Amino acid sequence: MILRPCLDDIKNIGYYLGKIIIGVGLTMLVPAILGFSLGEINPALDFLAGLEISLIFGFLLTKLCFTEKDTNWMQGMIVVSLSWLAVMFLGAIPLYLSGHFKSYLDACFDTMSGFATTGLSLIQDLDHLSYAHNLWRHLIMFIGGQGIVIIALSFFMKGASGAFKMYVGEARDERIKPNVIHTSRFIWLVGLVYLVLGTLALGLIAFLEGMGPFNALFHGACVFMAAFDTGGFSPQSQNILYYHSLSFEIATITIMLLGAINFRLHYHVWMGNRKEIFRNIETVTLFIAIISTFFITAAGLAQTGIYPQAMALFRKGFYQLVSGHTGTGYMTVYAKQFINEWNHLALSGVICAMALGGAVCSTTGAIKMLRVGIIFKAMKQDIKRIIFPPQAVVLEKFHHIKKVFLEDKQVRSALMITLAYLLLYGIGALVGMWLGYPFLDSLFESTSAAANVGLSCGITNAAMPASLKITYIVQMWTGRLEFMSVFTLLGFCWAAIKGK
Amino acid sequence: MMLKRILNPLWFINGLLFAAFFSFPLAVYAQAIPSSELINNAKQYDGKAVVYEGEVIGVIMERGGHVWLNVNDGKNSIGIWAQRNLVSALHHAGSYKAKGDWLAISGIFHRACLEHGGDLDIHALRIDNIKPGKAIPQRLNTGKMHFVLLLTGVLCLVLILRQLKRS
Repeated sequence: MILRPCLDDIKNIGYYLGKIIIGVGLTMLVPAILGFSLGEINPALDFLAGLEISLIFGFLLTKLCFTEKDTNWMQGMIVVSLSWLAVMFLGAIPLYLSGHFKSYLDACFDTMSGFATTGLSLIQDLDHLSYAHNLWRHLIMFIGGQGIVIIALSFFMKGASGAFKMYVGEARDERIKPNVIHTSRFIWLVGLVYLVLGTLALGLIAFLEGMGPFNALFHGACVFMAAFDTGGFSPQSQNILYYHSLSFEIATITIMLLGAINFRLHYHVWMGNRKEIFRNIETVTLFIAIISTFFITAAGLAQTGIYPQAMALFRKGFYQLVSGHTGTGYMTVYAKQFINEWNHLALSGVICAMALGGAVCSTTGAIKMLRVGIIFKAMKQDIKRIIFPPQAVVLEKFHHIKKVFLEDKQVRSALMITLAYLLLYGIGALVGMWLGYPFLDSLFESTSAAANVGLSCGITNAAMPASLKITYIVQMWTGRLEFMSVFTLLGFCWAAIKGK
Repeated sequence: MMLKRILNPLWFINGLLFAAFFSFPLAVYAQAIPSSELINNAKQYDGKAVVYEGEVIGVIMERGGHVWLNVNDGKNSIGIWAQRNLVSALHHAGSYKAKGDWLAISGIFHRACLEHGGDLDIHALRIDNIKPGKAIPQRLNTGKMHFVLLLTGVLCLVLILRQLKRS
């Protein structure tokens, strides 16, 4: 028998949802202040409007649903999935008011793409966008990559038990520190330390490459936020191609790879355990996966002969591949070049890289390296079982911060999530084909959306059908949250209708 | 003797044919070509002289005796590699506060420029400033202002109600 949700469920969900909305709403103060200080008054007003609407909703929810109870698993998961939808609708307000979107749906698309660190965009005339709006586009990537619930956990939550449920709901299941609130604060600390260093590094490169000091610093900050949180937005319409700079490309590759590494690994490296980088299952799998997929891509590009020099192959082939693998989506080629100039083999390499993703508990999307590593370990164990005598006890272990013995439940969990991602990639591709796009284009764009990558072969534009925009929004949302909290929300809705 | 040879019609025709043959890779497209055409049919235009028009946007980045500028024709932006003296007459680059100069660039189009790591770019031979840009006047949008004031009122009301209920 399915139980209908009770008033306590609604109150708990509403209360914590309200807190998250207030937290995210307050971050609109940053672009508003920048707008006022640069004399961009109208953009600053857009953010004041967005901030006030968020605060009104947040205060109403926390008042009407006030509770002192902690959340249970179901409530925690639903808070997470609903808060991502709520911040999409609220975060889109200043973007829509900028006049750079053809519809509110397009603004919502870009906001979800930003929060989910995807990077697909429907914005019009990006090169004339204000600094304030541009900062917001990148800030939502930083917030979304770190985790919007983590903001609330870091600053507004007291109960650690309920906090952990929301932390898990946001696709983070690894505790770096014993207390989940301290873990959230540590994730922010890592992000902020790298933000300062990365902004200075990219700003210096941009300055040396011919930009003025303010623009260099602004571009440095924006590109860092989108690269470290594996987002893929850029302040100009040409994306990274705008800079025409090898140094800038090398710096962004480094930052993208840092963003694709598990925060827990960052913690251990910061604590002096540098050996962990070389023996951790995720970094080893990531290295092998990058080499393998680059081999496929390079073979494809060699067939086309478009990049005959090693440097060109590195700056186009390797860059796009790392960008896809880490789920960033930064591009140094035009979207149409993928389809017109890259052959199917090269595209397949990039699609595989996008589908695999980075590390768990990082800012990347997709299947992720720990799961891929576990699946391969399980295959190895099964092969050993066949080869070895029946009496032999076959144990498989891997290194993930500590030595871990492979268990069936880990394999089951890894396979379930992998299967769910493959289904999500496939469903998006089917919708694309149903709307008349070719198979490979549809699969490429669908994988990019669901794995929160942001590379585009040209399907994503303001003229694409609304149904495809909504499909990609759902894919970005579901892919970023890794299914469980979205499935829980669907179950909750079902129980509200059919429950007793 | 040499002059006589040059004036010989047969030599003249041969000379024209020779020039036409060797200038084939640099065939000039006299009319401006849209960015989408250049990107979608890059192979066809690779290594050819083209004319491309658009608004210069962002920052003009100096690199030694050359500059990089990015020119947007309304659909896409394409990177232009030019000698510094070619851009001395530029006034505005497009941004939130300015409409950039509208330029006509004559130059060699590269589908994957080997000098610049495989970038799709144009090496400018000549740049004409067709329509100078201008600063975009910043006017306060009173509709937005009123909307924000209204929301401020509603927010204050919500906060007062919260306080009243608490007390």
